[in-house]
Amino acid sequence: MQRYLISSLVQAVLVLVGVLVLTFFMVRLTGDPARVMLAREASPKQVEEFRHKMGFDRPLLVQFIDYFGHVLVGDFGKSLNYRLPAVPLILERLPATVQLASVAIVMAVVVAVPLGLIGGSRPGSPIDIISRGVGLFGQAVPAFWLALIMIIVFAVRLHWLPTSGRDTPQSVLMPAFVLCLPTMGRLVRLTRSSILEIMGDDYIRTARSKGLPPRVIYFRHALKNAAIGLVSVIGVQFGYMLGGSVIIESVFAWPGLGRMAIEAISIRDFPLVQAIAIFSSLVVVGLNLLTDIGYALVDPRIRYE
Amino acid sequence: MSEQVLAPRPGRVGQLVARETQADSLGGRLNYIARLLARDWAGLFGLTLFLLVVLAAVFAPQISPHDPLDQNLSVSKTPPAWTDKGDWTYPLGTDNLGRDLLSRILYGSRVSLTVGFFGVIIAGGLGLVIGLIAGYAGGRTDAVIMSVVNILLAFPYLLLVVFIAAVLGRSLLNVILILGVTDAPIFVRIARGEVLRIRQSGYVESAICVGARPARILFDHILPNLIGPMMTVATFEMSAMIFYEAGLGFLGLSVPPSVPSWGNMLEAGRKYLTTSPWIATFPGVAIMLTSLGMNLLGDWLRDVLDPRLRRARK
Repeated sequence: MQRYLISSLVQAVLVLVGVLVLTFFMVRLTGDPARVMLAREASPKQVEEFRHKMGFDRPLLVQFIDYFGHVLVGDFGKSLNYRLPAVPLILERLPATVQLASVAIVMAVVVAVPLGLIGGSRPGSPIDIISRGVGLFGQAVPAFWLALIMIIVFAVRLHWLPTSGRDTPQSVLMPAFVLCLPTMGRLVRLTRSSILEIMGDDYIRTARSKGLPPRVIYFRHALKNAAIGLVSVIGVQFGYMLGGSVIIESVFAWPGLGRMAIEAISIRDFPLVQAIAIFSSLVVVGLNLLTDIGYALVDPRIRYE
Repeated sequence: MSEQVLAPRPGRVGQLVARETQADSLGGRLNYIARLLARDWAGLFGLTLFLLVVLAAVFAPQISPHDPLDQNLSVSKTPPAWTDKGDWTYPLGTDNLGRDLLSRILYGSRVSLTVGFFGVIIAGGLGLVIGLIAGYAGGRTDAVIMSVVNILLAFPYLLLVVFIAAVLGRSLLNVILILGVTDAPIFVRIARGEVLRIRQSGYVESAICVGARPARILFDHILPNLIGPMMTVATFEMSAMIFYEAGLGFLGLSVPPSVPSWGNMLEAGRKYLTTSPWIATFPGVAIMLTSLGMNLLGDWLRDVLDPRLRRARK
């Protein structure tokens, strides 16, 4: 158990260091970060000044150590556009993204898990057909297009929901539904297939042959084992959602992290983009670590290894 | 009982399995056959959809009623033919510049398929080579490769793609390269996992016992067994790349705006959502049908080519 936790922790730290390297080189893709960050019409003199001001004229290793040191103490750099440190800017946008992600993950789980469970335990039944349909639909429908269609139908034609923004409590419904759809599809498929598989496992046969009632077999044996795989997928998906959804937030003008990222990219505010990328990865890695710990607590096979 | 797990697999493998497990009752057997047909039907449907898209892409110049770039402002924003103000000269209507939507969608399939196909070739090729090395070499090499893969998987994917696209600029080659390279980790993971599994199998062990060299084991025993799973993943990833290309186009970061692509069309139609909703609707339908076809095809391939993958992919 201890070894398992330590190795998960070491891995998480390694991944984070790697992410920092990646974000560091992101703006150096073309070689010269000053040229990338400034508008194309900037004069050579402006580029030179900017390069010096940002410290891009120092040796690469010195720049990286400097960058690394600042991130370690929580300084993710300064936005070029807002002329403010990136962290407070991110924190300002965070509530909107957290709200969107939470509603979306709840929607996905509430629909997908029961559908997959019932469908998987009764293959071929009407509910199973629905569950497979949802699984397919979630994978095949382009979210950004569905967003447009929903805006036409529910906002423009029926006037049930606001087209965009975050002014009323109902505003979250459309973006959350669109955001949750791929996750919902994946979860239905996963729940269904793991239940199908588990129902054929040896311990279910044992439970049946010793005469346990189906209800007990279903809830105590099958569900418990399926839950382990599900929780990890839900955790990972939630992590990705918390990083902000670039496209959906911009379609619905949702004032979250994803929209800020896209705005920052379009005006070449790359220090802010770096900060958002680090933050998103941090959330994903953190949630992965939490699921790993959760695994160990729930699953004795890992605990005793 | 085990029928529930094994039954819905068509093809030769499925039938063999079925013969072994389906002797119970007539009802069960009928049920099984019905489901088998349903599954095959879905696979067939997926294949048909996919082939239709391929045909549309190949024969776009022949079957398009108009030049996709021809502008004619006097007929701009004509609604689809079956509506009141529609006109059969433009079956799906026209966009804001009076360009024929059907022709643009037919031509757009070229961009989507090119991106999907070459993107998957790059990602699959990189993934296969790196995954083989990681799985076969093991030890420190494997550890290093897998931590790089984990880093890329923890990184916000779309943000990375959008960022690189914004820095490098709009071109078809850039889109293919970006999606191809950034999608490689998925293939690395699958290839590595399969190599690890195959290495432990009886036939590889016996090959080692009779003195086969590593190259022979790699090319004669491991590689052929990798093709099935890789093909399946490639189908799903190709559909994902068509999505991403459209997403980039939607953000104005895919191929140049003059090129008719489904993403670019969505982006253009978005501005006329309230007045002329069909401009954004039809490209989306095209994306959805393509992706539906590829997903059905992928499901079917998975069942036919390698029944074990269902377990491995989780």
